[in-house]
This record gives sequence, C-alpha cells and structure tokens, in this order.
Amino acid sequence: MADVQNTERDSVFAKALKEGIISGAIALGLFCLIVGFRTEQNIRNELILTQRWGLLAIFVLVAAVGRFLVTYTAPMRAERKKLHKVAEAREPSAFRKSFPKIGLGLLFLYPALVVLILSAYQGSMMGGLQASLKYVDNFGIQILIYVMLAWGLNIVVGLAGLLDLGYVAFYAVGAYSYALLSAHFGLSFWLLLPMAGIFAATWGIILGFPVLRLRGDYLAIVTLAFGEIIRLVLINWTAVTKGTFGISGIAKATLFGIPFTPGPTGFAAMFGLPNSGVYYKIFLYYLILCLALLTAWVTIRLRRMPVGRAWEALREDEIACRSLGINTTTTKLTAFATGAMFGGFAGSFFAARQGFVSPESFVFLESAIILAMVVLGGMGSLVGIAIAAAVMIGGTELLRELEFLKLIFGPDFTPELYRMLLFGLAMIVVMVWKPRGFAGSREPSAFLHERKMISGEFTKEGHG
Amino acid sequence: MVSEVQKNTSAILRVERLSMKFGGLIAINDLNFEAKRGAITALIGPNGAGKTTVFNCITGFYKPTEGMLTLTRQNGEEYLLERMADHVITKRAKVARTFQNIRLFSGLTVLENLLVAQHNPLMLSSGFTVLGLLGFPTYKKAAAEAIEKARYWLEKINLVSRADDPAGDLPYGAQRRLEIARAMCTGPELLCLDEPAAGLNARESAELNKLLLDIRADTGTSILLIEHDMSVVMEISDHVVVLEYGTKISDGTPETVKNDPKVIAAYLGVEDEEVVELIEKAEEAGVDDITAAVDLLSSEALHEIVETHPDAQPVELIPANTLLETAPAKAAATRKVSAKTAAPKPASPKAAAPKPESPKTAPKPESPKTTAPKPASPAKAAGIKAGATANALAEPRGGKADKLILIKGIGPVNERKLNEHGIFHFDQIAAWKKADIIAAEAYLAFDGRIAREDWIGQAKTLAKESQAKPAPKKTGGAK
Repeated sequence: MADVQNTERDSVFAKALKEGIISGAIALGLFCLIVGFRTEQNIRNELILTQRWGLLAIFVLVAAVGRFLVTYTAPMRAERKKLHKVAEAREPSAFRKSFPKIGLGLLFLYPALVVLILSAYQGSMMGGLQASLKYVDNFGIQILIYVMLAWGLNIVVGLAGLLDLGYVAFYAVGAYSYALLSAHFGLSFWLLLPMAGIFAATWGIILGFPVLRLRGDYLAIVTLAFGEIIRLVLINWTAVTKGTFGISGIAKATLFGIPFTPGPTGFAAMFGLPNSGVYYKIFLYYLILCLALLTAWVTIRLRRMPVGRAWEALREDEIACRSLGINTTTTKLTAFATGAMFGGFAGSFFAARQGFVSPESFVFLESAIILAMVVLGGMGSLVGIAIAAAVMIGGTELLRELEFLKLIFGPDFTPELYRMLLFGLAMIVVMVWKPRGFAGSREPSAFLHERKMISGEFTKEGHG
Repeated sequence: MVSEVQKNTSAILRVERLSMKFGGLIAINDLNFEAKRGAITALIGPNGAGKTTVFNCITGFYKPTEGMLTLTRQNGEEYLLERMADHVITKRAKVARTFQNIRLFSGLTVLENLLVAQHNPLMLSSGFTVLGLLGFPTYKKAAAEAIEKARYWLEKINLVSRADDPAGDLPYGAQRRLEIARAMCTGPELLCLDEPAAGLNARESAELNKLLLDIRADTGTSILLIEHDMSVVMEISDHVVVLEYGTKISDGTPETVKNDPKVIAAYLGVEDEEVVELIEKAEEAGVDDITAAVDLLSSEALHEIVETHPDAQPVELIPANTLLETAPAKAAATRKVSAKTAAPKPASPKAAAPKPESPKTAPKPESPKTTAPKPASPAKAAGIKAGATANALAEPRGGKADKLILIKGIGPVNERKLNEHGIFHFDQIAAWKKADIIAAEAYLAFDGRIAREDWIGQAKTLAKESQAKPAPKKTGGAK
C-alpha cells in the first residue's frame, strides 16, 4: 500500500518536473526576444542592443517553478476540493461569525484609533489630528463611499440578478442634484440628501422601464449606454452643468446647522477646540459610515420582506416567479429604484465632501470598479463586498505609500500607475480560487429549524 | 368545504374554440373542453400534441390566437384568462401551475421557495414593504402565518426535515413534490400540473397519486394535469381529454377513453411514425445498423451516428425500387453490407416490440455469407416488381389504395414498399398465404413480424370495415 503511494508520488513528481521544464522552455522561447534583448536609441540615433539575461532567467524560472508547483500540488488540491464539495457551506468559524460585529466596532473606533496612535507617534494631540487627516479622508471616507455604492449596486446585481454597467449614472445624478440645488436655491445638505436619493430613484425607474424586456448582455449594454448618456449630458449641457469645468464651491454639510468653518459660529469655536480641518473630515467619516450602514440595514431588512425574496427568486428563475403571481415588472423596477436611491445618497455625499463635481468623476471605469467589488465580494453578501471594497480602494491608496518600491525598481517607479494591472491580477486570482467571490455562500432569509448557509453552487447569478 | 364543492358542479374552466398558431404552425386547432370543479381532469396525447401549449394559454404564458378561456371561481367571479397577464392569472383568477422541466428557485431554501409563493398576501400585509420595513406587527404576524402554511405543506409532501436545505439539493422526486407544494401555497382554485409524474419511479408516482387526491379532498382544488404515465391518469383522473396534433380526438371518463380506437391509433400510430422517421433519417445518413439507432429512439442517437459515419456512403438499406432478383437473395445481400460494420442483427424498426428472436415458424433470411437464394415464394416476376407476392396487382383497384398504415405495424415506409410490390388493399393482405408472408417479409426485412402482429387478421377486419364505410381519417399517414 505504502509502495503504491510512493510510486504515485514519484510519478506525480516526474510529471510535474517534466511539465515545469516544458513551461520553462516555452517561456524561454516566448520571452527570449521580448525580454532578453532591449533596443535603445542613443543620441546619434543609433540602435543599441542591450542583453538582459538575468531578467530573462527570472521570467523563465518563475514560469518553470510555478508550473512545477501547480502540477505537483494538483492531486492534493483535488482531494481537498472533494472534501469541500458538500451541499451546505461549512459552518463558519467563531471568528467569521463575529466578524461583522468586530468590523463594525472597529469602523466606529477607527478615527479615534488613528488620532490616538498618531498623537502618540508625533508626541502632540494637534500633530496627531493633522496627520490623521490623510488616513481618515483618503482611506476611511474613500473606502466607505465605495462600500456604500457597492452595497447599493448589490441590490440590483447581487439580489435581483440584473447586470447594471451604468450604476455610476445614479451617483452622478445624486452629486449634481446636490451641487445644483444647493448652488441655486441654497438648500441645506440634510434636505437635499433625501431629495438626491429620490431623484436618482426616479432616474432608476426611467431607466428601468425601457430595459424591462431585456436580459443578460442586452441589459448590460443598455445600462452602459445609459451611464454614458448621463455623462455626455453633463458634459454638453453647459448652460446648467458648466460642462467639463464642473461645479465648484458646493456648500459643505453641517452638523445640525453648525457649520465647520473657522469663524466664531463654527464647530471648533463652539466646542472650544483648536481650529482644524480635521473635524469636518471626521464628521464626514461618521456621516458616510451611517449612510453605508443605512444601506446595509435596509438591504438586510428588505431581504426578509416579500419584495426582497421576490428579487432573489427573480434572479433564480423569472418564469417561475411569474407563475407564482409575482409582478416581475414592478419587482425589477423596485430593485432598480432602490439601488439607484443609494447611489444618489452616495452622490450627494460625494459632492458635499469634494465641494466640486465634474463629469470626470463619473466615467465608466467607476461603474466597472463598483461592479468588480460586488462580483469579487460574492454576489449578495454584504460583508464580502465590504472587504472587496476595502481591499480594492485601500489597496490602490496603499500603493502611493509604498516608497520602498522605489528603492527596488529605481526612482522612476510610480506604483500608482500599476493600479489597473494589480486590479486585473486580483480579479483573476479571486475568480480562479473563489469563483463565487470572497463570501460564496448565501444566508437564507427565513428558516424553520436552523439557519444553514447555502453553498454558492446552488445559487444562480441571474440572466441579467 | 368538500360538500360545497360537490354542490357546485359547474365547470371551473371552460375552454372554447381555443386556437394557437405559431407562424404557419397550428399548435392547437379549435379546442373545446371543460374542467369540472373539484375534479381531476387529465390532458393526454402523444408528444407534440399541443398539451403544454394549452397549459401555457391557460396560465397566460402564451396569448391564444383565438378562443375563450373562462375561469369561474368559487365565489362566482368569472375571469377571461386570455385577456389577463400571467401573474394576474395566478393572483386573481387563482390558477397555479408547475412546469415540465422543474423550475424551482434552486438557490433558495425549500422553505423560502414556499414563502416566495405567498408573495402577494405577504406584500399586502407588509404594506407594500413600507410597513414591514418599519417593523409593524401586522407583517410579523403575517410572516409567522406564512411559515406555518409552508410547514403544513412541507408535512404534506414529507419534506419538513429538509426545510432549510437548498431546493436544488433535493432529489428529483422531492423537487417535483416541492414544486406542487409551492404552487399550492399560492392558494389556487385550479392547479395545472405539467407531467408531474415524469421521471418518478413506481413508488414515487403512487405517492404522487395520493398527494393529488389529498389535495383535492382537503382543499377542494380542481386539478388539470398533463401526463404520460397512464397509471396516474387512469387511477386518479375523473375525466380525460385526448389531444393529437392540436385537435381533441377523445373526451370522457378514463374507461371510455382507454377503449376509444382513435386514441389507441393515435398513440400507436405516432409511435410507429417516430420510428419510421428515424429510419429514414438513418438511411439518409448512411447508417448500417439501424437497430441500434431505433433502440435508442432519440435524436441524440442520430447525431451520434452522423458524427461517427460522416463520410459513409449513403447505402440504401432496402433499395426497394431496384429489386430485381428474388427477394430473399436481395435481402441477404443487403445484410452483407450491414455485416461489414455491425453484427447481422435483424433490422426491426419497431422499437417497442421485443427483438425478434428468430422465430422458428417464419423463415429467416440466410446468414450474411450465403448468397444462395432461398426457393421461397412462387416468385411471380411478371409485370410488377420481382419478389412480389402471389396476389400482387399492377395498380390499385379503382385507382385508390387503402390506407395500409391502419394495420398496426405498418408505417408509411412499409406502406410505400408494399405499394411498390403491388399490395394496395386490405383484402390482398388478408388473402396472404404462408409463402406470400415469406416473400413480403423478405423485402420488408421483417422476421416473423407479420405473423406475430397478426397483419392478416387485422387486414381482414379492416377489409370488412372498409367495405362497410370509408376508412377513418388518419392524420399524418401516407403523404
């Protein structure tokens, strides 16, 4: 018996070795001319051939060793996969179960923690406050805006299974609603926040009506076109939107009427604090955190409502839905409208935070990034999507911080430029290892005996 | 409740002059029938008869080209289903349906499937989501009631223990039952079941019978079902409607329908035709071993054959119009061709029939090697084709041939062959003697089938009938 296993192991090793060598040879052939040689023009316009054997060797070695490892571990992985293949997802560990609560606590403490740590580091409270600006604003607020957007899109894509490539249009509607209405009518943020949501929801329904009959690819194309139309209108309707110049000087949000200005009526003076811009940022942080949590709360509640179940049923099988007396038209429209509403909220927040909006902020890439978060996180799973958003936005922000990379790759290296490359790599890696996203299992909305997670193998992605 | 149901014996569903055309194809042609309240009505018919189309018209998935579908609810309200959208039919007219290919929400749990079915009452009690979102007690109460209702049906279908498992994880039979329970959770007055017993084994289909009878007894729901499984149809249905090619051919109690010759002919005739079609396709594709294809009796089999013999010479298995030698010799020669690739199986186009076990009475054509013609029939070469039987005619009497396909076992292809050999009338077949049978079997490439299926006996009765009255119309016969 042991002998058999040994020979098996040997044969796997031999096979892996062979495949590794072949991969190395292929890599050598492929990269020999591309990587191994480099031509440069010197001042006299002469071509100079430089040889880079070291780099070529690295490429070939990576290919060979990688292939060897993949082949060698294949039987083990297959075995493990077999064990994993059970109907219901595994019982989550204690950490995973309490993760949402821990995460929530951390999110609420995050600004305080950052200020404390940085104060201790810099030795002064004020210095800590100033230094925390970057972490609260660039990391905290930026990530939470995307978390909220992704949770909003999750209603449309993850729950109802309608592929929406133009989600950023609703974000734009919300942002411009706030910018224009506050500029022209001087309305406050707190009044315009719900209005922006309502406007965006209205646009969601307007988009929803023509695309109701479409499914899958066709729906995706029409929503993509819708996103572009909104952006082009914003660029070209210069009389209202000032085109590509954008709208600047947008009123800031206030804390129940207390403005965050340096004057005597301002927040800092009122509470006897030293003047600093960081209070507004921290306020914005908690504001977006609350908005994002509102999105999550509504989503969780809606999933237990008949309409939420109807969305998920729609994703699973539209014809069966109709046979059960569910009006698929209104169900789809409510999904579009609800998703769009949260996009609108996020948009008006975005305008209040930036103080400036221009069509530049609402390009297709934004839609794609938000959709990528929903897909990577696991369709329908709030925690997974939040993690995906944190990784993707936090990761790209983190790239700016990686100064040590300049020591390795030379002073010309700007890691931010590799953002999209890393993005793509991350997508591929996650989709290969976890095709259903970080959180591949689905939590049922009701149970009779016990709440069992449902493996992603059974859920469908919807037909658009 | 049950007594009340029985009092009110009027029809729950009246289908009047229903027609459905898809372009030039007439799927349903002028169909009329009624489903009685509290009764189980079965809609049967061969494949492609238009049964599912009728269902799709009733449940609003198709808009009928013509006709009226009137549903009368218990409270006397009348609904014209052909004017209503599909989801409104379920919601207001209280018609629920299941699907031929199960359509469960596989990613939702069993319980959730049943809750989705109670969408409309829950939607009302949740104040169209607004009240429910704010946590009003009305919704909580309604949600608890909905779960209780779901539990009731889960107990009925014996799936309480699996309530929290994904529906896609259930075995096939349980999925079928769950789909019925889900339909029942919409609180229907008419339940339309599209082949509920398809894919079930004998025990499961007995359980299904019991479930359906229970549903009727407990809730008074009328049931309309499409079914191929005759044990279900005959056992539980009160009323059977038989469709063929979109037309109603019979209507009545299971007993009367079972003995209706038209129904028998429809079922057997179509079965035969499918086989014949297959043979013709196979001949085109140049297949040597037809039996295998016929045994599989599916288009997939045909594809396979075409793929495995992409460049095979189109060998006509029984080249009837070139028959010049004596029949058995030719048959043997044909076999020789087939023997190249396949074992010399007797080519029997009747899949349903057991394989001919080379009956001792009927002489079998020689093994592929021997080409020596067997001195069989008194081969009358004469004017008509060689190998013909004794009483062959040059042309049909009065220029009009009998419909030989009415004889069980003769399909269009064989009819053509018989015609080519001068057999046009029932009385000709009826007069066959043993030698004639041998000759006919040789060119039909049958082994003992004529005797086994009693063609002569059938032909005798048919000949008598055709003398009395013109032969009954049979669609899809000789073209």
